[in-house]
Amino acid sequence: MKAVVLGATKGMGRALSRLLAERGEHLFLLGRDAEELSRTAADLVARGAEGEVGTATCDLLKPEGFAPALDAAERQLEGFDTVIVTAGLFATQEQLEADAELTANLLSADFTGTVLFCEEVRRRLLAAGGGTLCVFSSVAGERGRKPVILYGAAKAGLSHYLEGLDHKFRAAGLTTVCVKPGFVKTGMTVGLKPPPFAGEPEAVARTVLRAIDRGKPEVYCPRIWRWVMRAIRCLPRFVMRRIEF
Amino acid sequence: MTGWGRFPRIEGFQRRSERLERATREAALCRGLGRSYGDSALPATSDDVVVDTTLADRILDFDPETGVLRAEAGLSLAELNRLFLCRGWFTPVTPGTQFVTLGGMVASDVHGKNHHVAGCFGEHVRRLRLRVADGRIVRCSDLEEPELFRATIGGMGLTGHILEVEFQMQAVPSPWIWGESERIANLDAMVAGLKEAAGGWPMTVGWVDCLARGRHLGRGVLMKGRWAESDEAPTMSPPPKRRLRVPCELPGFVLCRPSMKAFNLAYYWKHFPRARRGIEHPETFFYPLDAIDDWNLIYGRRGFTQYQCVLPHAEDNGPARRFLERFVSAGGMGFLCVIKDCGPEGKGMLSFPRPGISIAMDFPVHRDKTQKLVDRLNELVIAEAGRIYLTKDAFTRTEHFRAMEPRLDAFDAVRRRWDPEGKIRSAQSVRLFGW
Repeated sequence: MKAVVLGATKGMGRALSRLLAERGEHLFLLGRDAEELSRTAADLVARGAEGEVGTATCDLLKPEGFAPALDAAERQLEGFDTVIVTAGLFATQEQLEADAELTANLLSADFTGTVLFCEEVRRRLLAAGGGTLCVFSSVAGERGRKPVILYGAAKAGLSHYLEGLDHKFRAAGLTTVCVKPGFVKTGMTVGLKPPPFAGEPEAVARTVLRAIDRGKPEVYCPRIWRWVMRAIRCLPRFVMRRIEF
Repeated sequence: MTGWGRFPRIEGFQRRSERLERATREAALCRGLGRSYGDSALPATSDDVVVDTTLADRILDFDPETGVLRAEAGLSLAELNRLFLCRGWFTPVTPGTQFVTLGGMVASDVHGKNHHVAGCFGEHVRRLRLRVADGRIVRCSDLEEPELFRATIGGMGLTGHILEVEFQMQAVPSPWIWGESERIANLDAMVAGLKEAAGGWPMTVGWVDCLARGRHLGRGVLMKGRWAESDEAPTMSPPPKRRLRVPCELPGFVLCRPSMKAFNLAYYWKHFPRARRGIEHPETFFYPLDAIDDWNLIYGRRGFTQYQCVLPHAEDNGPARRFLERFVSAGGMGFLCVIKDCGPEGKGMLSFPRPGISIAMDFPVHRDKTQKLVDRLNELVIAEAGRIYLTKDAFTRTEHFRAMEPRLDAFDAVRRRWDPEGKIRSAQSVRLFGW
């Protein structure tokens, strides 16, 4: 596998990249902070990643940087077959309602930026004859819910887009894996109270890796969240208006 | 927040992030996996910010030719073992649990079954990167800022926030242990056994029934080990061990003198025949208690404390004998205690081990009784010119610690030089050092 990972420096992206490294895969890392990228690259090399782990800066808020970043990955890996996107912004609904600039950035990064990045990737993978695009959306996108109205909206759009890609391009060789994590205990969710069924990044990474290997189009992790969200989707509107979930 | 002994409990605020350098700005203390027993990783007040280092766990550099490894301070020994043991590398010194971080290993200057040959962890640390109290990032080693280096090793995190650790790993011939163990009838035989074993074995330790009295005082099991040679070892790697878990706090009445005596007796007699030898799984050899997650819950709500001291050698083993006798006569109640012959003192300014016999035991916390027991034990330790291990301590009084620790003034001076305003502190530092 020759995998490009956007978001390997932290959280679930770090855990997943480590599993890939321990399997001896070829990796290339994209992210905003060059120093963090090189430290993470060193960690992955020590854990078994094949060859040198290259890095390049890439920011979901700066689409003009996507092509150069992917060019760098292509040069280093001599062509890639897998792209994993775990990067994104998160903020609570309270924080977003109080900060218009944060809201604009979050929506840009988590929806527009991510979709444009995936479009760039899609074109390259299809031109190369196929590959896997694995993107971390969220269960927050399954239904409009009070604590995650804005974040969930961005993720809903992303999930919808990934589903469309699966329908149109799977036959052409592009395998789309849409990952929908429930609450996972990472640096991103520090300070939030974990609900029941909260996941650990290492366990999530194992589930996702299995899904990538098998080409599953959609994966919930921890798996129970598929059923939790199914139940949430069935609740009538008047109940959703009353509850805080 | 609590230590491993779950006593004391302090309300505090913990910051947790992958970006350890950024998180430690304006922080009072760092905390790893929380395996120190007492209050050394607890904040002095609920306003003091404690930084949880465990997300900062990346390996920054490993040289497979020399075995030198540099990593972020939050990397756990368990993860290090998982990645490197099967590659033929192990930490040069391991404590009795692998759920500790590199930063914690430096701050406590941990020691293990091989102390008589390898010394403490600090002897193998080449360089540290710290954020000191005024905010600067400083590198220290034997050559750069050597005084800060020596104060940080065993300095309980009080000289600065450890960000990175560079140390020398040990090449091992196989990932398996060759171990031998035998039943020992009393203290004199145990100390003699440890001394004899030290000549031929790199790893030795004794488990002693600290409730046995009279001629059985100090009876237990002596364990010796070394890394198995490649031709002795099984070809497969040691499989990951299944762990049990204690699901909840046990009620107080479960741990009482009769149940503990029974357990100790069973442990001693189960070791039958007298001597055992063969290949052992490294986790069973080094980390027997790690087999049970949350084993500290068996002590229930009141929690427990561990008392560990090192007493000087004597021909007749007087200090160790008097210590065990005092423990029993003062109403101490404990399971097995660990006894180890220690080698030379390490470079850390407050490092615990020194030549002599180290004894470590757990006992449940009973408000006033425990303080009295610890006071009595400390009085004996002072009289015998021994000292205690800060990583285990939650009850020692300031004056007792000062009496047993002549190095304290030198440590205090270094700490004051780097942190004149006392920004970095813990509940333990305030209790024992006053700041």
